[in-house]
Amino acid sequence: MTAVAEQTGAWLAEFTQLPAATPWVQELREAAFQGFAKLGFPTTHDEEWRFTNVAPIARANFQGGVGDYWCNRPGPVEVLSAEEARQHLAHYAAFERSAFAALNTAFLREENWVAIRIPAGAVIRTPIEIKYDVQDFGPSMAVHPRTLILAGADSHCTIVETYTGTGSYFTNAVTEIVAGDRAVVDHYKIQRESLEAFHVATLAAQLGRSANFVSHSIALGGALVRNDVNVVLSEGTEATINGLYIVNGAQHIDNHTSIDHVKPHGTSHELYKGILDDQARAVFNGRIIVRQDAQKTDSKQTNKNLVLSDDAVIDTKPELQIWADDVRCTHGATIGQLDAESLFYLQSRGIGKQQARSLLTYAFAQDIVERIKVPALRDSLERILFEKFHEHSEK
Amino acid sequence: MALLEIKDLHAQVGGREILKGIDLTVEAGEVHAIMGPNGSGKSTLAQVLAGRELYVVTGGEVIYDGQDLLAMSPEDRARSGIFLAFQYPVEIPGVSNLYFLKAALNTIRQSRGEEELDAMDFLDLVREKMKLMEMDQTLLNRPVNAGFSGGEKKRNEIFQMAVLEPRLAVLDETDSGLDIDALKLVSAGVNAMRSPERAMIVVTHYQRLLNHIVPDFVHVLSEGRIVKSGGKELALQLEESGYAGLGIHDEEAA
Repeated sequence: MTAVAEQTGAWLAEFTQLPAATPWVQELREAAFQGFAKLGFPTTHDEEWRFTNVAPIARANFQGGVGDYWCNRPGPVEVLSAEEARQHLAHYAAFERSAFAALNTAFLREENWVAIRIPAGAVIRTPIEIKYDVQDFGPSMAVHPRTLILAGADSHCTIVETYTGTGSYFTNAVTEIVAGDRAVVDHYKIQRESLEAFHVATLAAQLGRSANFVSHSIALGGALVRNDVNVVLSEGTEATINGLYIVNGAQHIDNHTSIDHVKPHGTSHELYKGILDDQARAVFNGRIIVRQDAQKTDSKQTNKNLVLSDDAVIDTKPELQIWADDVRCTHGATIGQLDAESLFYLQSRGIGKQQARSLLTYAFAQDIVERIKVPALRDSLERILFEKFHEHSEK
Repeated sequence: MALLEIKDLHAQVGGREILKGIDLTVEAGEVHAIMGPNGSGKSTLAQVLAGRELYVVTGGEVIYDGQDLLAMSPEDRARSGIFLAFQYPVEIPGVSNLYFLKAALNTIRQSRGEEELDAMDFLDLVREKMKLMEMDQTLLNRPVNAGFSGGEKKRNEIFQMAVLEPRLAVLDETDSGLDIDALKLVSAGVNAMRSPERAMIVVTHYQRLLNHIVPDFVHVLSEGRIVKSGGKELALQLEESGYAGLGIHDEEAA
């Protein structure tokens, strides 16, 4: 407990220096900080954090900070009223069980959160872009980006969250999305943090009846990264939860997903692909919950890893909790190297070995990238990946 | 000087010797058929010529165009004009045919000291060759061989050969799995490429293909050695009496 007190002590000092907020926010902050003080940072004894040691974050002395953020509001998108925000904020990303979500909530600032609503029935073709950026050249800064999006019943929207930065800092993000009945939400999270940054993020999505939610999490940056995606489905909800992580050097990335089928006839598809090189380390933990009431659930989970070096390590684990009896749940994980036959085929056509390797690696990632429906985003990622693997092949 | 000279070539895979002393000389302009029962080493010979690392050469030498072929990487062999039409073309999801072929052609052109083709010239060339193979242009934007039927894959191999214009083409059982129409198409594609500067080694189990691609020489491979060589009439003789007529055990016929 001393360790916890030591770790939380520095944060307490920051917490007390926060500018005052409206009473309900202040109340929420205090409850959250108490939650954080009680939990402390997780350790590797905690099953949820077995392979990810957050001691570097716990030990560091961050200055409180506010990163830059930018958000467009195309067409009928509205800013939430204080009352609406109060009704939803922190209701989906529970801080009672997550120290990081608690910390984020403790540092809520009304002027900095993104809290928007897509009115019922609105069809918005322009992507809603939310960009968080940290330029950190001085003492390490901790920022707590907070996003709340309410997509009304029958609405259609596309959301693109982007995280970037320079220098060494800690991004501790929480995004809550509520999709109303029959809403169609296409969500992307592009994480391109600095290679010295810590990035911990939780996406909590509450999905209505017959809603269709697609989320792609693309993770390229960060020294130590933890992504939690927690999705709760209702009756007839369709959720597609995909991810792509590409790590090298000493990068560490941990993806924990939880797909909770609460009501019958839900469908979830999950495909996470990872590319690991050098001494990089990755974790994938895919929890699927099918509650007793969630009959006729159809759930498929796949995790594929391409390991390019002898020293990279991947831990992958499905975690199925099935309480209903009339369901279809499949899961599979693969860990492999580049296919020797494919390499030879490319070489036999004159393509150099290194170029062939980078082409096949790119193709492995392309499988996820080509599912991205926003053309500008897909093109820019294709370019980034192409350059990344091309550069790599020239090493 | 012969285009290709194979001398006493020995090769093994997984510690088992497959090629036990192959001698073969191929001049530019010639078409050589290599026939033989399953397991005789035909495909191994084809793969060794293309540089597949799976096969370990344990003896002998291969001189191609005055160079030590065995010392060259697979890509350098391709760049100096060797082309292997695979028995089982590999599916590569995520890489489009168009990108793949453009990368291949431009590296090969570069190594010949020719300029890279720009996108328009490349498309013109590719379209012309596709027409020859009666291939649907939508295949260009599909991933390499992914979801292709067996016949489409084989046609795609010959199409690639037509685009890359090799000096020595090795066709490994290009006829297997083809119906008669596809066989005629593929053969026509191959015959259109016969030229005094180009040599071909046609590996096949059955004589059928050789009705369409008429070879100058036929060699019969058995248990890792060439046991009989002759003109095109040797293939017909095999057609009549089978491998058994030459005293060769054929698993399939048995």
